[in-house]
Amino acid sequence: MSLPLRIPTPARLGYSFNWTGRIGLAIILFWAVIAFIGPWLAPYPPGEMVDWDYFGGMSGQYWMGTDYLGRDILSRVLMGARYTVGIALASVVLACAGGVLLGMIAGVVGGWFDTLLSRLLDAFNGIPSLLFGLVVVAAVGSSIPVLIATLAAIYLPGSYRFARALAVNVNTMDFVTVARARGEGFFYLILREIFPNILGPVLADLGLRFVFIVLVLSGLSFLGIGVQPPHADWGALVRENIEGLSLGAPAVVFPSIAIASLTISVNLFIDNLPTRIRDRSE
Amino acid sequence: MLLSATTWLLVGQRLGIAALTLLIVSFAVFFATELLPGDVAEILLGQAATPEAVAGLRTAMGLDEPAIWRFLSWLRGLFTGDLGMSYVNNVQVSDMLAGRLANSLRLAGIVTVICVPVALTLGIASAMWRGSWLDRIVSVLTISVISVPEFMVATLAVLIFAVWLGWLPALSFGVEVDSLGAMLRAYAMPVITLSFVVAAQMIRMTRAAVIETVNTPYVEMALLKGASRRRMVLGHALPNALGPIANAVALSLSYLVGGVIIVETVFNYPGVAKLMVDAVSTRDLPLIQSCAMIFCISYLLLITIADVVALLSNPRLRR
Repeated sequence: MSLPLRIPTPARLGYSFNWTGRIGLAIILFWAVIAFIGPWLAPYPPGEMVDWDYFGGMSGQYWMGTDYLGRDILSRVLMGARYTVGIALASVVLACAGGVLLGMIAGVVGGWFDTLLSRLLDAFNGIPSLLFGLVVVAAVGSSIPVLIATLAAIYLPGSYRFARALAVNVNTMDFVTVARARGEGFFYLILREIFPNILGPVLADLGLRFVFIVLVLSGLSFLGIGVQPPHADWGALVRENIEGLSLGAPAVVFPSIAIASLTISVNLFIDNLPTRIRDRSE
Repeated sequence: MLLSATTWLLVGQRLGIAALTLLIVSFAVFFATELLPGDVAEILLGQAATPEAVAGLRTAMGLDEPAIWRFLSWLRGLFTGDLGMSYVNNVQVSDMLAGRLANSLRLAGIVTVICVPVALTLGIASAMWRGSWLDRIVSVLTISVISVPEFMVATLAVLIFAVWLGWLPALSFGVEVDSLGAMLRAYAMPVITLSFVVAAQMIRMTRAAVIETVNTPYVEMALLKGASRRRMVLGHALPNALGPIANAVALSLSYLVGGVIIVETVFNYPGVAKLMVDAVSTRDLPLIQSCAMIFCISYLLLITIADVVALLSNPRLRR
């Protein structure tokens, strides 16, 4: 029998990714790798002034030009990947883990617990996301842990709502009733019966939420209340160099392209996920 | 249209939920700005303050009272228009807000007037000729605008209209506004940027709403009976899609709230959002509270309008 030895590639599991999705995935993986090894690839130290001229153009020496202090933009973009991708990833994992867990519990328990939690979290959805960030940063100041916690708090209610709706559907299915009749405990039901059956759509939702978080994080940094100097994510890089815009400096353009390439490729990837992953009910 | 008692009950229920949400949101704002930062008196007096001075200021500001009591009196202040004093320049917050609010509302109004007709036309047209080149171009454009941050749309607009074409000034209110032409030029950049952000959402939602109706059996029936594509969409699908479209318009206008924060900052537009971002950098908490409440109220208002419109236009939601 050679069956157990086969590696479960997507194709063998019956999933096929189309080309648009693959391109999206390739760009996502590219930025993920850069976030890890970026600092070693950087041709210059990201914080060091290497050029006497400010807002330098593209050249063989400085591939993406230099910024308002004469620092190398390529190095700063590579370094910024770590902040943008890292913070967004940490927040989205926190938001979805919390939201999905609470959503499954509320969906299975039901009753007043469900009603109360849903009302409360819906109310938090009534605060515009950028505003939420502004208020929290004004209150407690900006640091990377605060940013991660705030972004996670902003997107937890949406994730909760999504997971709860899915869990309520799965909860009425026969195999859950059977498991309940077998006398399985509450956590067995949630982790072994419900969770595997909502995993696909939840992962797709996680991707979309990642995009929102990247957008809000860049927005906060652009307003000067996100990642603080001397560190800089891509939004902060755009802010620092906004003066160069009237000169058409590449220092503004390349960080913007980096943000756009990340968000657009995640959108492309999620939009082109195989239907079997996105929606298990079909 | 005669509405039954159940409808009124459901609408009333939505309004009640909105009021309850507003209460929770205002508590969250109060909690974040008054209780999280620690002692306001110490912040105001700085690190060199003596304990006696801090205690004196605490009593004078009423900070010794229990938090729930302070929340209720703050809430009463909001309703009666007494928004408190700014920490930074000792002016009534309501005085600082008055002119700014008018400016922001004017900006939002102009954007709405421009966006709604353009977005509805494009949304309906791309639903009517689904899969055509028009539909594809519109789809790609709206997806790109939605997936990039608002400040990028703004910088791109500056790059195109101010740097490359040289038609418009890059900053809106650094220039003198003395004639009608100058005023139009000053407003142009913020309006263009916001319109792009809001219209992109509106086009997508409108297109989705119309397509959903086009896919119903009675519209298919009209097509089978030989109605033209135009007649099928405009005569049969559109009247039934009006409710979802109105819902989409109200929902996408709520993106104004987020967009306006970025756009006013980029273009130095003297509105509420610019005031709030400046207040965040000086940690002027009473000012931040009031601005935050203005944004939350307008956001909730738009979302509730969208909800009520959906409820009134679709009898199936009332059962």
